[in-house]
Amino acid sequence: MTINPNAKMPESQQGTEVYNFDPLIVKYHYEIDYIHSYAQDSEFFKALGQKKLLGSKCKKCGYVYATPRAHCMMCGAETEWYELPKEGRIHSFTTCYFGSEEFLPETPFHLVLVEFDGVNSLFLGRLIGADTEDLYIGMPIRAKFRRNLKISPTDVYFVPTEEAGKKK
Amino acid sequence: MSGERRNVYMVSGGVTKFAKATPNMDFRLRVKKAFDYAMNDINADLSMIDGSVASYFSDHFQRQLMSGIMVQDYLGLTPKPSKRIEGGGATGGLAFQTGYEEIASGRMDTCVVYGFETMSHVNTWKGNEFIALASDTNFDYPVGGFYTGYYAMMAVRHMYEFGTTVEQLAQVSVKNHGNAIYNPYSQSPMKLTVEDVRNSPMVSYPLTRLDICTMSDGAAVAILASEEKAFELTDHPILIKGIGTGTDSMRLSDRPFGKVPLLPNEKESDYRNLKYPGVHSFRAGRTAAKEAYEMAGITDPLKEIDAVELHDAYTSSEIQTYEDLGLCKYGEGGQFVEEGKADINGEVAVNFSGGLLASGHPVGATGIMQAVFMFWQLQRSIKKHFGNDKLQLTNPKRGLIHSHAGTGTYVTVTVMEAVR
Repeated sequence: MTINPNAKMPESQQGTEVYNFDPLIVKYHYEIDYIHSYAQDSEFFKALGQKKLLGSKCKKCGYVYATPRAHCMMCGAETEWYELPKEGRIHSFTTCYFGSEEFLPETPFHLVLVEFDGVNSLFLGRLIGADTEDLYIGMPIRAKFRRNLKISPTDVYFVPTEEAGKKK
Repeated sequence: MSGERRNVYMVSGGVTKFAKATPNMDFRLRVKKAFDYAMNDINADLSMIDGSVASYFSDHFQRQLMSGIMVQDYLGLTPKPSKRIEGGGATGGLAFQTGYEEIASGRMDTCVVYGFETMSHVNTWKGNEFIALASDTNFDYPVGGFYTGYYAMMAVRHMYEFGTTVEQLAQVSVKNHGNAIYNPYSQSPMKLTVEDVRNSPMVSYPLTRLDICTMSDGAAVAILASEEKAFELTDHPILIKGIGTGTDSMRLSDRPFGKVPLLPNEKESDYRNLKYPGVHSFRAGRTAAKEAYEMAGITDPLKEIDAVELHDAYTSSEIQTYEDLGLCKYGEGGQFVEEGKADINGEVAVNFSGGLLASGHPVGATGIMQAVFMFWQLQRSIKKHFGNDKLQLTNPKRGLIHSHAGTGTYVTVTVMEAVR
């Protein structure tokens, strides 16, 4: 048993950053590591390392998704992996001049929704190798893959094909 | 789909002035201010409240879990029943409808729905990051990580499909910021021109700074009641005539290309070549409207609705939403605003309050704010609450409020009606 009326909290040299006094506003830092599993979508990320873009095809109704989804949104049945074509077209696009804090250093960057022949849905990606004024809906584009993987959907990105400049 | 429901009325409301930051009040005090305003307006006391619904979107902004119970506690509503409702940008609309359900089901006779958000504790770009976590973090966040970017792609496709112009987008901004000049609760009242909007900094092509709503601190409160209680509490309750909710895929890229779910005033031949919803339209918004119109008996929305408060987080989404709500046909949204049909003196006053663009968007409070402004509009008490009657319509009978999440993932539509 310890009863010590003279117990004293140790002092430290660490202070708190004060932004404002009235009302009192202080700053604190917060950081966290996540142990994130790609779970049933893992194959998609692994395939990027083999320069393959995997979508999903419903085993029952045949609906083809340009994104990984282990079960079909249309009928609820299981899907199987489906290799998407390397070439597609711009379905829509934008150029982001601002963004979330994490991506601010990368601005400006283009986002594209990609459509592929024979595929029922779209794929979201980054596009490089063209200026905003060069982009148009229907522009033919090609998937390229990073050599050093980040295990992120940005391991695939898109560039205009040779024909892209001619058609507009 | 409808079983037996009791009639539900809104009997009072309160809103704090939305601002970029209000560091002298925390979320509990802000809700308390809006709550007291609403309670005082009908001379109610705590004993008259059966329970509540808490409406807030993010646990990240405040880094506080269970903020809802902290408000319940602060307001003196413990130990009464309460729950938290969350659904992104549509949190407020969903919570309002949950309050409706508490009363329609017979569980409560009076229910307070309180909404709040404190977005000022982080910088704007960290705030955008938190909001972007409401997109698929495996596939969408790492690529775009920016909601304005997602909406910009929808706007580009809408322009391609229907010939909508950037000037038409800008006209939404001019209208809503202009309306807000007469709304003392609004965050960004401004007299603008189309040129001002186009010349403001480009955020995501084609959306400029003035095409986009801001982040806000704010709170809003709606008090709902059963028919019997409603007329005890006020002489001018407003009937909740219909509610509807729709959903769509989390990823924009997964949206199908099918057929338009038709409203009573549309025909299949109107949309022979339209692949729907794609990324140009919100199937969840159309689904919500359809359900709410069926319940409210609305067959010609433009003629039967006098005022709309809709979720204009972006100018482009206001135009997309005119079409989802059937105020015009798909493809006609750009012309709709250009021809002044959405003006305060137009065919239907859309976002007479200034909407999210100008009133502000403290996410969990936003859908409740719409209910409060619409309640005052239908009560014809705008002058009392705003201190001027510039935004008061002459004899508004029916109003619609519309709350919207994500890239159109959850959408609610609620129809409110003046009964005397």
